[in-house]
Amino acid sequence: MKFTWFNLMPWPHLPDDFREKNRSVWVDIDQALFDPARCHEVYNDYLDLLEYADQLGFDGVGINEHHQNGYGLMPSPNIMAASLARRTSNAAVVVLGNSIALYNPPIRVAEEFAMLDIMTGGRFVAGFPVGTSMDTNYCYGTIPGLTREKYAEAHELIIRAWTEKKPFAFNGRYTKLRHVNLWPNVLQTPHPPIHIPGGGSVETYDFCLDNTYSYSYLSFSGYLRAKALMEGYWNRVGQRNADQSPYRAGFAQTVFVAETDEEAERLYSEHAFYFYNRCLHVYPGFADAPGYRTIKTIQSGALNQYMRPNYPTLTWKDLVDGGYIIAGSPETVRQRFEELIKGLHVGNIFLLLHVGNMPKDKCMYSTKLFAEKVMPHLRHLYPEHASDNRFWCKPIPRRATPAPVGHAEMVPAQ
Amino acid sequence: MITARKIETRAAEVNVLTGGTGPDLLFLHNAGGVTAENPFLLALASKHRVFAPQLPGYGDSGDSDNIRDMLDVTLHSFDVLEALGLDKPILVGHSLGGMIAAEMAAIRPREVGKLCLIASAGLWLDDYPVPDIFTLLPREFPAYMFHDAAAGAKMMATGGNMNDPAFLIPFLVTNARQLGMAGKFLFPIPDRGLKERIHRIRARTILVWGDSDRIFPAPYAQAFKALIQGAELVSIPDAGHQVVLEQTDAVMAAIARLG
Repeated sequence: MKFTWFNLMPWPHLPDDFREKNRSVWVDIDQALFDPARCHEVYNDYLDLLEYADQLGFDGVGINEHHQNGYGLMPSPNIMAASLARRTSNAAVVVLGNSIALYNPPIRVAEEFAMLDIMTGGRFVAGFPVGTSMDTNYCYGTIPGLTREKYAEAHELIIRAWTEKKPFAFNGRYTKLRHVNLWPNVLQTPHPPIHIPGGGSVETYDFCLDNTYSYSYLSFSGYLRAKALMEGYWNRVGQRNADQSPYRAGFAQTVFVAETDEEAERLYSEHAFYFYNRCLHVYPGFADAPGYRTIKTIQSGALNQYMRPNYPTLTWKDLVDGGYIIAGSPETVRQRFEELIKGLHVGNIFLLLHVGNMPKDKCMYSTKLFAEKVMPHLRHLYPEHASDNRFWCKPIPRRATPAPVGHAEMVPAQ
Repeated sequence: MITARKIETRAAEVNVLTGGTGPDLLFLHNAGGVTAENPFLLALASKHRVFAPQLPGYGDSGDSDNIRDMLDVTLHSFDVLEALGLDKPILVGHSLGGMIAAEMAAIRPREVGKLCLIASAGLWLDDYPVPDIFTLLPREFPAYMFHDAAAGAKMMATGGNMNDPAFLIPFLVTNARQLGMAGKFLFPIPDRGLKERIHRIRARTILVWGDSDRIFPAPYAQAFKALIQGAELVSIPDAGHQVVLEQTDAVMAAIARLG
């Protein structure tokens, strides 16, 4: 199993009446609610937490890209990844990912990911999301009906830039480059493993299978509701006669660990409510620009998760019983995760252990309990697939380490 | 009586609504599309031999991945004219249709002699930012589209329950097909450079605008008037962006001025 400690990096200072007084946490969120000096502290705390996860032995530390919102403060996850490259040593740096249709030219992603791959010594996992409609269409102005074509072209260009070891010309519809020749280029061969966040479209299932990419379902509605979608994926894997390695799939789950179930509710319920009620308060008109999703996907009935549920009415008990969150004592959490891992047949778990406005100390408490009392019991599920390394990074064995800060003055060798 | 016929262009199979007798008139619909029951289409057919091609993605026209930008849809529209065997029909376009009609008249000025642009898209004025129609919820449309929002809401009523997947999914599919196509010309800002070409228009041009248009308010009408040589503006009271539905007779009278 691969456990990635994932931080969305939410803005933790949305007011109590945010939902009543604002129409959306995304796209047109009120500038007056942002405070750069407080964000300085927030970024520092969030990076501390990711580094802490590395020290506790999580397999990966994960970050992602969103724009103009209070849900996740990372327009550029690559900047965070560069910082993590220096201050983490064992965990994979999982950038899940860059919305490749938004970069002009998209070789910018190929270049920055190559830099990160090298800086981490191959401790790097890449992700290529299409991006939410809020980000891709409403914030970055990509025409909805052309988004997927642009994405496909960007993907082709990036993979060719990583794998063709000589200069080539790229005559795309959206990008025309006479000389593509990445320098530096990626460390891992043929390139870093790629995870694709998806929301239930058959086209994305096939894209992952065609390219040996891991399909990740990044849901906030939890593993019980994810069952139908993941079954659709595994059915497709079966139809295509591909192997059933659980590492072909990933799943994100919100999780809280305490000594007891009661303590979990007492410590964490306010942060769960903050997340579901404020961070996910997206104006429905921004959730799904017409033309963003394919007709096939709409016909499959897979509705966009940002426009679907009515979270404010959910109590802690509803969130726990409905599987939106996994919360409780280490034993409770272990049992629920085993259900999740086996039920969805997933090998890559993205743990949302930081949630909403959770302060650093509580998050470290929950994280440590997960690392010490939950993770060891889950680590060795799927032993028959333990050697499948197609979907995870392959670091070089001898990696350079940062010199200690303030080290002694160096004298050049004679 | 409106009937439908299918023609082929390189881009798509096109469903053309047609009817009436009189001078030939090509009507290009707005981002909401046009159906055979549209009262304005019926009014046009009472005075003209009208042809209303549905854009790819709309109604019974096919989808087209080959139409991506303004030039594609403009040339496609000329291909439609060609396939219908029409020679210099009166060209009438509403909103998105006006934007396409204006491009046609600018790109091939000698082939468009009579032009009527109704509440046309195609320009952007920083002082009057156009509402983002791609973020509007169904219940929000009437207030933007009509002078009389309550009456407009009745006209636009879908008659379906959005919580019922049997209604919702086909509704979303239609929306995705139609606005997915319209977005190629209107998203995120409905300006594809018409102002660089609009001076080429030679057609006798009538501009028709509802006084209460909340999508393209009055300064847009003035901007079109200033940019098209000799254009005549007919402003219509008690009408919003859907002036064709709210004041059909007044719009017909304005079109009649083209002779």
